Amino acid sequence: MAISVELHKKFKGFQMDVAFEHEGGSLGILGGSGMGKSMTLKMIAGLVKPDSGKVVVDGRTVYDSAAKIDMPARERHIGYLFQQYALFPNMTVAENIGIAMKKSGDEKKKEIDRLLEQFALQNLGGRMPSELSGGQQQRVALARILASEPQMLLLDEPFSALDSFLKEQLLEDMIRQLSDYAGDVIMVSHSRDEIYQFCDRLLILDQGRVIVSGDTKDIFDEPGYREAARLTGCKNITEARKIFENTIEVPKWHCSLEMDEPVSDDIHAVGIRAHYIEVLTEKPEDMKNVVNAAVENVSELPFEWYCFFRVPNGERIWWKVAKVGEHGAAKYLPAKGDHVYLRMPPQSIILLK
Amino acid sequence: MDFLASIDMSPLFISLKTAIIATVVAFFGGIACARWAMKLKPLSKSILDGILNLPLVLPPTVAGFLLLLLFSLKRPLGIYLWEHYQFKVVLSWPGCVLAATVVAFPLMYRNARAAFEQVDVNYIYAGRTLGLSEWTIFRKVVVPVAGPGIASGTILTFARALGEYGATSMLAGNILGKTRTMAVAIAAEVSAQNYDVAGFWVVVLVAIAFVFIFAINIITMHGISKVQRW
Repeated sequence: MAISVELHKKFKGFQMDVAFEHEGGSLGILGGSGMGKSMTLKMIAGLVKPDSGKVVVDGRTVYDSAAKIDMPARERHIGYLFQQYALFPNMTVAENIGIAMKKSGDEKKKEIDRLLEQFALQNLGGRMPSELSGGQQQRVALARILASEPQMLLLDEPFSALDSFLKEQLLEDMIRQLSDYAGDVIMVSHSRDEIYQFCDRLLILDQGRVIVSGDTKDIFDEPGYREAARLTGCKNITEARKIFENTIEVPKWHCSLEMDEPVSDDIHAVGIRAHYIEVLTEKPEDMKNVVNAAVENVSELPFEWYCFFRVPNGERIWWKVAKVGEHGAAKYLPAKGDHVYLRMPPQSIILLK
Repeated sequence: MDFLASIDMSPLFISLKTAIIATVVAFFGGIACARWAMKLKPLSKSILDGILNLPLVLPPTVAGFLLLLLFSLKRPLGIYLWEHYQFKVVLSWPGCVLAATVVAFPLMYRNARAAFEQVDVNYIYAGRTLGLSEWTIFRKVVVPVAGPGIASGTILTFARALGEYGATSMLAGNILGKTRTMAVAIAAEVSAQNYDVAGFWVVVLVAIAFVFIFAINIITMHGISKVQRW
């Protein structure tokens, strides 16, 4: 099971040049809106024609501009889960699932029943899609796709149409339901949580290009690029430059940061995730990697505090701290106007190109 | 009763027969053209659209004139059809059908196109990725989803064909029992000062038209059951 993709297409004021290879398991594509994520999937599936490029799925060339191959979508055997599921509104659940099935007669009926059961839709076979909840619709859509026996699956923002409290459960369900699916899965999302949970490997799209690709966890640890850091949820990103072997200067934080290891020359920014910052109320003796700041604003979330610090004449820094229960309340509860010292641990600092 | 018995009912049946056949032709032709238009690029789509909608904005006499120009027995096409097939459009019932079809066609085409444009493109994409053929997608998804729009287009087409006068009278004339439709009969009876007979046909046409408009509303309301009153 493998896929290799190279796609070029020009849009108004936007050029897409996406290339990647993927073998086995699930691949996540993360990117901001309008960065070409869905478009990439549509071109792989054959719904949108690229200007040029090549797409090979399991050794089958489904598109190759140089060899003038452009297989129609219906012959590509690539399943596509649409954002709004696109269930045919004039057919019942069972008819939707059965429409693309290659079997017929009793065998088809049995297979529909099996899929209804696999996706926990047993009593819903006769319902119309409009009578189902979002989660049920998604399961019908997935069952319908699997009924067509695709060689690979493309999931286009599968959870974006659902209420947030449903998402986690549905994500778990989907991981389970797809666990015995043999083909590759590519999922597009703007949600880092979904991608992190669902995908072994990850690529990040920005301005129509792949900027980073690799193992999902590695990319979250070391995004490498500013945009990648932002998309993986890093809140504090600021410009920086190397001044010594191990030291970078961060002008907007009015400080310099000392790293444990030598810094490469092409570092132009640093980032630190909001919950890795150590907040001190007393001026520490060791001022290494410490930033002076004042509490600008505090907002309360159900389980954590969100705090904005302001570096005098500099940038805002976000900090996030868990509230912890009554017995172990957070060590420091920020109050507006407090002066604080922010220690940036070297191992938590993300160096960015 | 004597009055009703004295009226020759043939215009009613000629009108119905003409409208039914014109509607069938416009139904398939309109849907086919609408489907074709959906696949065209904007410029060619606008050109096709302009041509197909012309009969809607021009007076039917213009259509009648152009059809005469084409099918007159003194013109090449008319001569050819008459000499080879003994088939004539001018002053004959096929002329009624042709005139009604041409004039009513845009209503079918426009409604079908509007209905197709309302169909979420993702249904079509989904059908393709599921491996369904374009024809299956069209038959089993697009047409049913566009159903209410197509139905109301069909009814409007039928109503328009039923009431067609201008092009019909020019092309097919006014031959009692052959080409005299209800609409033609009204004009003929009025010019012969038979106002009560003309009035009878007016009542029949108004009644039929009202029933049809009512039917359209029922169908489209059924299609969009979530319509709010405001």
